Amino acid sequence: MQAETNNLRYADVNRDVVRSIVETGPRYYVALATAGSVTLLCFFFPWFYQLYFGIGAAGMNHPGVWGTYLASFIFWIGLSHSGTLLSCVLHLTNSSWRKAMYRSAEAMTLFSLLVAATFVFVHVGRPWFIHWSLPYPNQMELWPNFRSPLLFDVMAIATYLTGSSIFIYMGSIPDFAAVRDRTAGWRNTMYTLLSLGWRGTDKEWHRLHWAYTFLAVLIIPLAVSVHSIVSWDFAMSLVPALHQTIFAPYFVVGAIYSGTAGIVTVMFVLRKYMNFEQYITKVHFDNLGKLLLLLSLIWSYINAVELFTGWYSGTSTEYEALKFKMFGYYSWLYWEMILFCAAAPLLCIFKRFRTSFVPMLILSIAVNIGMYTERFLIVGTSLSRQYLPDAWGVYVPSLVELSIILGSFALFTTMFLVFVKIVPSVSIYEVKETMDTPTVTSNTEPLAPPEGSPA
Amino acid sequence: MNILERFTESWRKYRKPGYYEEFDYHWAMTIDLDRCTGCEACVTACQAENNLPIVGEKEIAKGREVQWIRIERYWEGEYPDVKLRFIPMLCQHCDAAPCETVCPVSATYHNQDGLNTQIYNRCIGTRACAVYCPYEVRYFNFTDHHWDSPLEQQLNPDVTVREKGVMEKCTFCIQRIRQAKDHAKDDGRRRVRDGEVQPACVQSCPANALVFGDRKDPESQVAKSMNDPRAYRVLEELNTDPSVVYLKKVVAKDDHAS
Repeated sequence: MQAETNNLRYADVNRDVVRSIVETGPRYYVALATAGSVTLLCFFFPWFYQLYFGIGAAGMNHPGVWGTYLASFIFWIGLSHSGTLLSCVLHLTNSSWRKAMYRSAEAMTLFSLLVAATFVFVHVGRPWFIHWSLPYPNQMELWPNFRSPLLFDVMAIATYLTGSSIFIYMGSIPDFAAVRDRTAGWRNTMYTLLSLGWRGTDKEWHRLHWAYTFLAVLIIPLAVSVHSIVSWDFAMSLVPALHQTIFAPYFVVGAIYSGTAGIVTVMFVLRKYMNFEQYITKVHFDNLGKLLLLLSLIWSYINAVELFTGWYSGTSTEYEALKFKMFGYYSWLYWEMILFCAAAPLLCIFKRFRTSFVPMLILSIAVNIGMYTERFLIVGTSLSRQYLPDAWGVYVPSLVELSIILGSFALFTTMFLVFVKIVPSVSIYEVKETMDTPTVTSNTEPLAPPEGSPA
Repeated sequence: MNILERFTESWRKYRKPGYYEEFDYHWAMTIDLDRCTGCEACVTACQAENNLPIVGEKEIAKGREVQWIRIERYWEGEYPDVKLRFIPMLCQHCDAAPCETVCPVSATYHNQDGLNTQIYNRCIGTRACAVYCPYEVRYFNFTDHHWDSPLEQQLNPDVTVREKGVMEKCTFCIQRIRQAKDHAKDDGRRRVRDGEVQPACVQSCPANALVFGDRKDPESQVAKSMNDPRAYRVLEELNTDPSVVYLKKVVAKDDHAS
């Protein structure tokens, strides 16, 4: 990192980041318009149709009453995991390579969580009454059921969403101030408000750092608990393949795994299309590749344990469920998952693979396809084979569901595209910390101010 | 007793009604599988009594039929030595019901009569109860249903017609239980007599395989037949404590239980 950013000066960082906000090419508008219209066409229209028609618009049936909506919900929650969690862990361990990438990783957390929360609305039968699952005082003295893991879920996600939004906002305050000082017009007004009167005094820096570390410590257990709680939605049931104690760590590892892969994808795109080649480098991909390798090994281990306990339990239901998962109706999905999530990431053993950008991009997408499949299998195969053989059945997603899955990615992209034009997607002040102190004589040629900045 | 103790006492009473310790009634059912002929009269009677939707061929092919009580069929053995066994499956009204703990809005709960009830108005349709139910007897309304004219004329006015997005299941014909309790109350606050209330399925069973009553009354028919040596409960190992007891001599064979 240091070696590669040596030729940058502090002002270069400011200029590059501010440029990424104020200078907008036609390519960006095309991307935004595409993402926006796909969101509308593939996410909101089918959803409205489903609201009108009923959940019957999706392919769910008895016994497959849970389907891809819930799988997507877990997937997006999972994807949200790495961002803030990784950023917190790396902050506490003083890993300087985090600094160039953490802002976009945290944004990913925030937007994945929002998409996941939307899926709760898409999933339930009567979303217009969803506020009943919140504990608010009402004249009927009705409270939600505090024993329900679904209620824990609502609480956990609300807390995580609040925590990670505060975390990303607080970390951006000095950058908002930096952009404020280099922009004019409505942008200046907006950043003045967003930067909360940041002046950069010693006291402010001290407090920011203190609060930031405090939140980082707070968010790590929170992130772990969120996905554990999501797993309890399943593990606390009696369904043979779901009623397992390994589920909480399984979900947490799976979440961090898919989240890390998601970060690789997003970083590739940022690097390529936002001109951050000098900030997001091979070092980052190398480190993330190592992390992916580690996580894939843990993930494979947990999968092996799941199979072993199923076999070792000796109960016919458990055995039947696992047999169905591996060799039944959905078996091709199972082996696809094993290929993408357990076998393919082993390529990260080689440094040459980790430091090449395009193979890493392909791997990261493959891992996330595999992880989506994993979530689908958890919901789909387990419900297909429960205790009473008379009630066995399979569930196949409908076109509405597939369209909403596609639309959710567009929704995420839309939010991310809006984000990169409002919040500096690379942390200005923390990137500077990783650079060598510039010398006065280093360079004297004048810098071109970015378009839209005050003269 | 000082004022604080009085307050905590009344608060506890308010928070924990009497039926937390003991139910007023404890409705239960026994199903004699040696008498059951699998004629599905109970299925039809339930359909008529409880306004079950007629979902149509297409929806049934998708696996969305609604049958609060269904006859499960199991074949045993290889041709030509084949045996067909069947078992009526309905909501077991478990006293430790997994579906009750999972509902985030408490739309399903245990009432003072030992019934596992479903409040349609409160249901938000998470469908978690259907996943948690090991007996697979909860049915979801995937769409709004309609009855072709003049079929809507035969809907039971005592029972709600459920809208899309809510879960439903067997209620032990709670409307009949309510009515019987009202009669009993009007009749000098006596208890409901044995046999005074019957769910539609019990009423229609030509073989008298189904017996319904108050388990708390030791003289009731259901309490007696629950002590039958053949009595067993489905998936008892899951500790759901069901209120439906099946009567069938279960013998373990060499490799599998029948």
